[in-house]
Amino acid sequence: MNVTGVVENKSTISEVKHKTKKKLLTKIKKSWQLYVLFILPLMYILVFHYYPMYGASIAFKNFDPVLGIGGSPWVGFEHFKKFFESYDFVRVLKNTLGLSLYSLIAGFPLPILLALSLNYVYSKRFKKAAQLITYAPHFISVVVMVGIIFMILDPRGPINNLLSLFGVKEGINFMGEADYFKSIFVFSGIWQNVGFGCIIYLAALTSVSPELHEAAIVDGASKIRRIWHVDIPGIMQTAVLVLILNMGSFLDTGFEKVLLMQNPLNLSSSQVIDTYVYNVGLVSALPQYSYAAAIGIFKSLVAFILIIGSNKLAKKVGQDGLW
Amino acid sequence: MNTKIGESRGDRIFTICNYIFLSLLVLSVLYPLIYVLSASLSSTKAVASGRVWLFPVEFSLLGYKTIFEYSKIWVGYGNSMFYMIVGTTVNVILTILAAYPLSRKDFYGRGIFMFLFVFTMMFNGGLIPNYLLVQDLGLLNSRWALIIPNALSVFNVIITMSFFKSTIPNELLESAQLDGCNDFKFLFKIVLPLSAPIIAVISLFYAVGHWNSYFGALIYLRDASLFPLQLILRDILVQNSVDPSMMGDATQLANKIGLQQLLKYSLIVVSSLPVLIAYPFVQRFFVKGVMIGSLKG
Repeated sequence: MNVTGVVENKSTISEVKHKTKKKLLTKIKKSWQLYVLFILPLMYILVFHYYPMYGASIAFKNFDPVLGIGGSPWVGFEHFKKFFESYDFVRVLKNTLGLSLYSLIAGFPLPILLALSLNYVYSKRFKKAAQLITYAPHFISVVVMVGIIFMILDPRGPINNLLSLFGVKEGINFMGEADYFKSIFVFSGIWQNVGFGCIIYLAALTSVSPELHEAAIVDGASKIRRIWHVDIPGIMQTAVLVLILNMGSFLDTGFEKVLLMQNPLNLSSSQVIDTYVYNVGLVSALPQYSYAAAIGIFKSLVAFILIIGSNKLAKKVGQDGLW
Repeated sequence: MNTKIGESRGDRIFTICNYIFLSLLVLSVLYPLIYVLSASLSSTKAVASGRVWLFPVEFSLLGYKTIFEYSKIWVGYGNSMFYMIVGTTVNVILTILAAYPLSRKDFYGRGIFMFLFVFTMMFNGGLIPNYLLVQDLGLLNSRWALIIPNALSVFNVIITMSFFKSTIPNELLESAQLDGCNDFKFLFKIVLPLSAPIIAVISLFYAVGHWNSYFGALIYLRDASLFPLQLILRDILVQNSVDPSMMGDATQLANKIGLQQLLKYSLIVVSSLPVLIAYPFVQRFFVKGVMIGSLKG
């Protein structure tokens, strides 16, 4: 080994490094205006998204407002343990998973069905009207949505009137029964979002090559066969993508809606992680910030694992994932 | 697919079933809306006894008259307008400021910044840390609590960015730079005038979001004079608490209960009106937004 050679080598490496550094600086200098534009959004993201992630460290501490986030004493996993061992844990987790899975499964096929059905409507007017009407409920606010649910399901409302025709004498208090809660939540969600959910499939259907349909017609395929063998494979990729995206928000379970629909009578099936955090952390007279934050972290982690996992799964079955 | 002539019998049956399925679906979506509208135009007695099921019974405008006298609702309406207009303006400005640099290939550090943004869609600090942050910033019980913490949605940044990428050709930038145009000028004089469609799309997404949200107001605001309409709706529609002094001269209790019921129906109509009237005209923008969003960023 020639010592001088090594030294020479080193100096050239540092020279190259120096040069690239210089190049980089000139690059940044050349587009400095882009960085100026970007400052405000970047600060927003850091303050309102990353600072709360730091703030979530109170889950491992006993948060004291006087001492602040940094000064509060560490307690390790105590709050997590308390949550896992608490009486509420199993019930809340069961409700969250149950409601999410129910929404995911029940809410998935209908938009596809609607899109396929719209795709075979010949009258343009009818198609447009159907789209206009089915998209509309998407824009109703959660509060109004829940208001409408209460009215329709009122013991003297139209659903009970209809039931009385079939011999159900007493008006059923749907909102007061824990057993009905999940179905009401899921099906009102489908009512609100079926139209909007089908837009993406309609777009995917227009990209199915017409030649495939022509070839199928020549071969004497009926419409049902064409749907099964041409259309459905054509929208498969989109469907998987939608499923993954829904998995990402799997545990969110329309928290704002659940909170509005919740009442003491249906609490046993309507208490989900998010509402539990809200009730423990912000509503109660003695807010347990650290405990609530720990539950929040638990949820975020599970959701994160779910989205990564479903993306991997999608790649495994041969579809493109999100990234 | 237009093969009406020579349809086989199976296909004809399919078409008929298809129309029936679609009609039933459309009717079941439409029915609750019609029911609410009809009930809002009926008399208190008809509503209270549950006689309305499709058309208005004993037509009356009493519900709407009561709303006009219920001053809280109009305070809420005004507040919601404020949150929607100011909030959307802030949103759109910040979204463009974020999306444009991210759409440029020569923006050094783009990959890292992109990751910083997208990661927030998958992981967040949770409700409590966010609440404590707003508290520490002194925003509790102020109008800004509904605007600043929601100043940007990463999803909208991504759709705006992919719009910029696909519609602003690189050659345009190069030739502008040759003419001595800097990045500020290029963004404001050339990119923005070409971006009207995407600005319309994200403005609509943001505006509807502001108009329809209640939760931020529920946790951050205490002062009733700051409440947006949705929070006041929550009290009346969900919590069932109506301020009797605001209901004019319905003196008898029975009347009041009936009126309270009627008030809810008219309230739903009045509060959803701005969105539903604008909706048919802006529908295509929303559809466009969903399409752009469905392309991978």
